[in-house]
Amino acid sequence: MTDIRALLNERILIIDGAMGTMIQRHKLEEKDYRGERFKDWHKDVKGNNDLLSITLPDVIIDIHKQYLEAGADIIETNTFSSTTIAQADYDMQSIAYEMNVSSAKCARIAADEYTAKNPSKPRFVAGAIGPLNKTLSLSPDVNNPGFRAVTFDEVAEAYTEQIKGLVEGGVDLLLIETIFDTLNAKAAIYAVKHFFRESGKKELPIMISGTITDASGRTLSGQTLEAFYVSLMHANPLSIGLNCALGAKEMRPHIEELSSLAICYTSAYPNAGLPNAFGEYDEQPHETAHIIEEWAKEGFLNIVGGCCGTTPDHIRHIAQEVKSYPPRKLPVVVKS
Amino acid sequence: MENTIYIQPYLRLSGLEPLVIRPETNFVNVGERTNVTGSKKFARLIREGQYEEALSVARQQVESGAQILDVNMDDALLDGVEAMKTFLNLLQAEPDIAKIPIMIDSSKFEIIEAGLKCVQGKCIVNSISMKEGEEKFIEQAFICKSFGASVIVMAFDEIGQADTKARKVEICHRTYKILTEKVGFAAQDIIFDPNIFAIATGIEEHNNYAVDFIEATREIKRLMPLAKVSGGVSNVSFSFRGNDHVREAIHSVFLFHAIKAGMDMGIVNAGQLVIYDDIEPTLKQLCEDVILNRNNDDNGATEKLITFAETVKAKGKETVKDESWRKESVEKRMSHALIHGITEYIDADTEEARQKYPTPLSVIEGPLMNGMNIVGDLFGAGKMFLPQVVKSARVMKKAVAVLTPYIEQEKRDRLNNLSKDDQAGNIEKGPAKILLATVKGDVHDIGKNIVGVVLGCNGYEIIDLGVMVSSDKILSEAHKHQADIIGLSGLITPSLDEMVHIAKEMKRLNMHIPLLIGGATTSRMHTAVKIAPEYEHGVVHVLDASRSVTVAGTLLNKEQKENFISDIKTEYQKLQVDFGNRKTAKQLLPFAEAQQNAVVLNQKEHSPIAPAFTGTKVLDNYNLDEIARYIDWQPFFIAWELHGKFPQILTDSVVGAEASKLYDDAQKLLNQIIDEKWLSAKGVVGFWQAEKTAPDSVLVHTKEKNISLEFLRQQVKKAAGQPNLSLADFISKDEKDYLGAFSVTIQGIESHIKRFEENLDDYNKIILQALADRLAEAFAELLHEKTRKEFWGYAKGETLNNEELINESYQGIRPAPGYPACPDHTEKYKLFYLLGGESATGIHLTESLAMYPASSVCGWYFAHPESKYFGVGKIEKDQLEDYAKRKGISIEEATKWLRPILE
Repeated sequence: MTDIRALLNERILIIDGAMGTMIQRHKLEEKDYRGERFKDWHKDVKGNNDLLSITLPDVIIDIHKQYLEAGADIIETNTFSSTTIAQADYDMQSIAYEMNVSSAKCARIAADEYTAKNPSKPRFVAGAIGPLNKTLSLSPDVNNPGFRAVTFDEVAEAYTEQIKGLVEGGVDLLLIETIFDTLNAKAAIYAVKHFFRESGKKELPIMISGTITDASGRTLSGQTLEAFYVSLMHANPLSIGLNCALGAKEMRPHIEELSSLAICYTSAYPNAGLPNAFGEYDEQPHETAHIIEEWAKEGFLNIVGGCCGTTPDHIRHIAQEVKSYPPRKLPVVVKS
Repeated sequence: MENTIYIQPYLRLSGLEPLVIRPETNFVNVGERTNVTGSKKFARLIREGQYEEALSVARQQVESGAQILDVNMDDALLDGVEAMKTFLNLLQAEPDIAKIPIMIDSSKFEIIEAGLKCVQGKCIVNSISMKEGEEKFIEQAFICKSFGASVIVMAFDEIGQADTKARKVEICHRTYKILTEKVGFAAQDIIFDPNIFAIATGIEEHNNYAVDFIEATREIKRLMPLAKVSGGVSNVSFSFRGNDHVREAIHSVFLFHAIKAGMDMGIVNAGQLVIYDDIEPTLKQLCEDVILNRNNDDNGATEKLITFAETVKAKGKETVKDESWRKESVEKRMSHALIHGITEYIDADTEEARQKYPTPLSVIEGPLMNGMNIVGDLFGAGKMFLPQVVKSARVMKKAVAVLTPYIEQEKRDRLNNLSKDDQAGNIEKGPAKILLATVKGDVHDIGKNIVGVVLGCNGYEIIDLGVMVSSDKILSEAHKHQADIIGLSGLITPSLDEMVHIAKEMKRLNMHIPLLIGGATTSRMHTAVKIAPEYEHGVVHVLDASRSVTVAGTLLNKEQKENFISDIKTEYQKLQVDFGNRKTAKQLLPFAEAQQNAVVLNQKEHSPIAPAFTGTKVLDNYNLDEIARYIDWQPFFIAWELHGKFPQILTDSVVGAEASKLYDDAQKLLNQIIDEKWLSAKGVVGFWQAEKTAPDSVLVHTKEKNISLEFLRQQVKKAAGQPNLSLADFISKDEKDYLGAFSVTIQGIESHIKRFEENLDDYNKIILQALADRLAEAFAELLHEKTRKEFWGYAKGETLNNEELINESYQGIRPAPGYPACPDHTEKYKLFYLLGGESATGIHLTESLAMYPASSVCGWYFAHPESKYFGVGKIEKDQLEDYAKRKGISIEEATKWLRPILE
């Protein structure tokens, strides 16, 4: 298998776009989500996108292929919510592990097919580790700021199970993404380090991607970008970057800052602009790509793609615009 | 674009914000008061579960310049794991504290681990060591690393704590190898604590301990340049405990050498450090000898220092005037004078500088601003305190006064040389202008004056409109001066409405400048919920003078302003939502039901006692000396933003030195006030027969007519057996009962204020104002005692000391209209009528019912032993309606005055 680091030194790599946006296009109904296996499930499961990797794997594999066709080097598994904690909403905690294995396999099949077609452009599968619907630094109860809905150990345990499933399904990378509470991400890193140390397997590269929620330039849990970076450096990640919440336009100053701070490679996959009044993303592919081209020109980037609202068309345009630019050079780390 | 970025191997930590320790970062202060083993107060708060208060200890650490917060919960009586978790979780919700990195401090690793699981930022673990062998050490280091924490490694191994240089270096080097080679630690994430032990103990083997630490530090930094060195400094002077003067000197000298040898950070009491150069030469020499173990055969140096220490102890703090700074250059002399608040030579020095510099303005922009920048930095870093800054401002003002005539002359000359056309384009834009005012109806301005001084120190031009300023005047003056910011101050509750009104007016007039809100009655919540929604170009509540600087700075910075205002808006919107949610939290009873749950007085054991006289008695020109003995000093220090109990604050490790100086200066001025009769005290007391005529009404009988006092009753649902209180409950309805009232004032301050202002002496002006307030309060306290023992005489045998008085251990109360037990200010009209009107004491009531002179106090007297202070709290519409009816005023009128307690 090609070492991704060698490729990252050669060119800007492309990561795929939104999974949810593409699933929406299929206009799936409750029964589609359930499939045969969960037809009698005691709770509605429509909207549990991660379940589709088990009940409608072909739909998921097809979406992966569309992104690969558009030029993505890295595709993300359909596992944003595949943890026992997030699946509790559907009472599907017991299926969480299986979702990770199945999703990883869907992505593996698609990626391997495209690598075989063109071995000079190897494709990678990143196991997506989402942020959870419960946070470790914030209290859900305004009257009780010291309260926490979940403990560090519970979060680490849930992530450990997800990581195990993803590794079992054959991912190449682990992508801790859409981080709005750094302590959740620290629990994920803790889980990764412990899993590989205990299992004796070779540690997979970690990619980290945080979310700056608004114009304050801070994460939801209140950290500045540099503080966020400092807090997660110990993961010794392959890359660090930002995704979601902001469009490319709003994300630019943060990417610029991160690019000057990070010891490792940098990544960015913004939303297709900011949502309109109906909550839809209407930034056109060439618009997104145009903004990102300038980042490439400035040398901010190693990995780029899209988040909410982006489509294979966006990815195609982005790939087209950045391909003539060299990737960001890794900083020189002074030793003494 | 190809720019190679270099990333330096610095120690990087984070809270909500990053802390990067660079080679030029001088010495990192670690805040030590949030440590149950080191702070009795903090330990008590944690044991009692008073976490809110405990958080304020942390906040104070941050405010006084701590760059890292050490948290320790090692107490035998505590569940350390739970306490650490609870405290750290709560701390995360306080952005002004959580912004700095946390040092998780425990000798129990399970507590450290629990702490690491609560903090999103990159922490320091304090500490791990090889005490229990290499295997355990590696395991613990791995855990720390998996949380990304830096570690403090104690020079401690299986044999014991390292005391000699050789052992310290050897253990540190050994652990360094293990951490970097076996555990994979980055060298810069390793911090050594090579153990600081007490010297000058009389035991010969201890004499070299400081040298061992300093030399070990030097060697450690040579062998492992990226690693850091830390230590607990106060240990070194342990044998001189009780003698702070000598301890401070030892710490300074020790740090001077240790920092030179490479010490990077330490758990230090920043307030307990004297400036190395300021230590008197004899003492410095002795400290040097003891620390560096020179001339110390047979404990020679130690003996000398001990002997010297005895003399210092006997004499108290000897203040030897060090005049050596006078030999420096004029620039250095000016900055020395600014930093140390010395006015003595500033006129001459300024004149000298004026002749040296090309223009008088360049003296301000050069040496004076340089000096003030140092003051600003020291204040920002918590190394100077408010009283010192105010003294610096006095020096600055004096220097500017010397230069002003020359600057004016220069301006005139320049204008004369310009053609008319040029003049139009040449009007200079000076420093940013901040307009300050105490709002209409309010007379209190100590806080506002302090804010003015502090902002003035930071280079802003202050336009102070004084007290009782109408909205029109504030806004038209703001327009006239082209003010960049308006700051409003107020102390009594009706001022809150006035501030809302001003915000509305600013919107109507289409103004765009930010509005700052401050003063004792204001709050972040009120500002967020009531004022901010009325004006969109920035409304910010400013808690105290220290904070006004950053707020003003941010608002006047074009790049930061918009983000800041939008952050504040978001924060305030959140508060509005919280407020909305909270509203329903407390259950209120129907008013009738609350009235049913009144206090039933025990009339069997305590029947009313008749006062020695009825009617009023005026006390004119009361002896100030006697009044001064009743002063409660704590609020005096709070006015100066020095928080803590009196007299403990005088020896507080952080602010003690400054508090003592301030106290000395205040005592000096107080004596002068008394000796030279600057002020006079006037008061009036009265007692009348009274009866409770309705659940919340008390009828007072005077010779001329009967007056009905109307009170308000708590309406919140109480626990079983707890009454809903109203002051009316403390007056009997069955028997002949009595009620009293008083007002006191301190007069004659104006001419002295004016004189201080003319002398540009804000420091003494503010002390004088604060003292006048204290004297008024003290007079009220004294009168109350006289009332209890003599005038009313219901507690003739009472013997209480001042502390017990301050703690209100006496029988009976003296609540004031407008304050929590009787929140309606308008009842003051009746009180004043009963006491013989404004002429009795000369106190004037403003339209907001503030009393002028500002140093005035009034209140009712209740004598029944069951009477006590309470807060009425929120009331419902039903009580409001009943109250308006009783008082014979409209609902609107009642709403206006009771707004703060209406839902």
